[in-house]
Amino acid sequence: MTQHAQNRSWTLLFLGILAIALFCLDIMLGSVAIPFKEVFRIVTRGESENQAWLFIIEKIRLPKSITAILAGCGLSVSGLQMQTLFRNPLAGPSELGITAGAGLGVAAVMLAGGSSASMYAISQLGISGSWLIIGMASMGSAGVLALILLIAGRIRDNVILLIVGVMIGTITLSIISIWQYFSQPEQLQEYIMWTFGSLGGVTGYHLYVLSGVVTGGLLLAFASSKSLNALLLGENYARSMGLTVGRTRLLIMLSTSLLTGSITAFCGPIGFVGIAIPHITRSLLGTSNHRILIPATCLTGTVLLLLCDIIAQLPGTQTVIPINVVTSLLGAPVVIWIIIRRNNLRSSFS
Amino acid sequence: MKNQQAIVETHALAIGYRSSGTERTVAAGLNLQLGPGSLVCLLGSNGAGKSTLMRTLGGLQPALAGEIRVDNQPLGALKPAELARKLSLVLTDRVDAGNLTAREVVALGRTPYTGWLGSLTKVDHSKIGQSIEQTGITSLLDRHMHQLSDGERQKVMLARALAQDTPLILLDEPTAHLDLPNRVEMMRLLHTLARNTRKAILLSTHELDLALQTADELWLMHPNGTILSGLPEDLVLNGAFEATFARNGFPFDRTTGTFIIHQPVDQPQIYLEGAERPLFWAKRALQREGIGISRYRDAACLIRSFEIGNGFEAEIIFENRTFKVSSVQALIEQIHLLFPSPGHSGAAV
Repeated sequence: MTQHAQNRSWTLLFLGILAIALFCLDIMLGSVAIPFKEVFRIVTRGESENQAWLFIIEKIRLPKSITAILAGCGLSVSGLQMQTLFRNPLAGPSELGITAGAGLGVAAVMLAGGSSASMYAISQLGISGSWLIIGMASMGSAGVLALILLIAGRIRDNVILLIVGVMIGTITLSIISIWQYFSQPEQLQEYIMWTFGSLGGVTGYHLYVLSGVVTGGLLLAFASSKSLNALLLGENYARSMGLTVGRTRLLIMLSTSLLTGSITAFCGPIGFVGIAIPHITRSLLGTSNHRILIPATCLTGTVLLLLCDIIAQLPGTQTVIPINVVTSLLGAPVVIWIIIRRNNLRSSFS
Repeated sequence: MKNQQAIVETHALAIGYRSSGTERTVAAGLNLQLGPGSLVCLLGSNGAGKSTLMRTLGGLQPALAGEIRVDNQPLGALKPAELARKLSLVLTDRVDAGNLTAREVVALGRTPYTGWLGSLTKVDHSKIGQSIEQTGITSLLDRHMHQLSDGERQKVMLARALAQDTPLILLDEPTAHLDLPNRVEMMRLLHTLARNTRKAILLSTHELDLALQTADELWLMHPNGTILSGLPEDLVLNGAFEATFARNGFPFDRTTGTFIIHQPVDQPQIYLEGAERPLFWAKRALQREGIGISRYRDAACLIRSFEIGNGFEAEIIFENRTFKVSSVQALIEQIHLLFPSPGHSGAAV
């Protein structure tokens, strides 16, 4: 126990330091080279002789890094909650079509709302517009999640549930496709740019809104850590230990939809983070205890998304590739690795 | 036991399944009582509805009719959190929590008592320590659930139920998947726990033999949907036990409390006498061979067994001849020489 706990503390400490280091690195790196001393001065004192540098750091890089942290924490924690709730190692926001549901919500705003509701127009709308998108995206993801939970109540088989999830995701994407087919090219471009995923689009008010919603979702998740632990033993045991399973499911659903919905709304569908990070964290720490896992998953998610963001900027070049591409390139091999090493997986799910 | 305050009692309880308007009643008119400090075994053949009863008593599925009172309160009126302090369960569900250590699983038993974050207090720790001690799993604590054998895992789940500190524990087939020593150990453990902690323990099992030996009371679930309860010995002697498990070709021997697997294929011609232990095993071997054993000493053949240290020795007296044999195998071979019978083919029933 003490041995375990000690190793765990060291791992957590290491992850924390790594997260801080990557955060600094993420702010320092970019297509414009800014000396380290200046970056430090801008971040700590908020002043610089070079107004352009001040602008770049304060209005572009800092918000982008904070968004990366929010997305990393939010997506991986919602993935963790879903894996426990469905008792399925392959559950995750994008795998079960939750992200697609959020995408449907966003599409509803962007495509159906006409040109006035494009992302540009929404950024002009300010807070109310961002709430609209978050609301629609969260509703979209909650809708899909509710549907899957309904089916999960009837089907106990994990593999079948996963297939159903993938199918629902496909249906959702088809609805979006129909919408796209009948939309104007300008709206389409807007939407397609959104699907590439970007951490850089969240600035000003939006960042406050996103931070608020993600923090709320994470607190909700942490508050259900006791219930999540009880759910590890299965629903019957959880109920026998006094858990109101229905209410717990609802809370977890709310938290997951808020996290996935808000992040997907602002950053686009970022794949693989939700499924891969919880596994990485579990194997790093060797525990399924959510009181440790939720904060630890946040740390791992932060580290990975910051790393992806740094890679996405292709340091040393002027090009930036979409974040979704990077997380998929990094995440897909992890999922394959997980499936091949089923022994490792079994230790958590058997 | 009946005159004590019952922890759980049912009145005209009907159990079964209700789905889209149709009801399938598994058992009805159940009036059962369970008092503190008693180990009750629920027995019944496959499909009799043991699990349904366990699930209904545990509050996992609704009763079709009648009433269940736990600690003198109707089961339905108890909130989940209150019920969790009255009864704990050990289920047949597989536990998908491989990455939890045994200690963490036992600690989960304190869930009904901890605050919103599940932090453990001094009281919680002492209850956990107690249940670990009672189940003897100290050496397993730091191991992960997936590293434990079935028997060890079952003990951890029992420790978790004990940590839940409830006056009633329901166990659904706790001995399934366990090998014989583990089954015996589990039953002995439950028996001791019932005695020492004054908890009421109800378990369903297929282990008729173990149940007869350890249970303070048996609940016999008949396929027709009734339950007979009573002391194991009484139920055996009055034939209720036999009736519950009645099968063609498997008569129950009320003298030994076992089911007779082998039936004699020929007329009883052999009488056995002598030292008790070798006699018992010689008899078993003869029964397996389908050789009829007479209850009267004037049978054609007499086998007299002796106990010599750890060995076996017997003499066969047949038509004024005496054969000495020094193993059960030699005895069987000699008998077959003397009585060439269809029993030699071994096919009984």
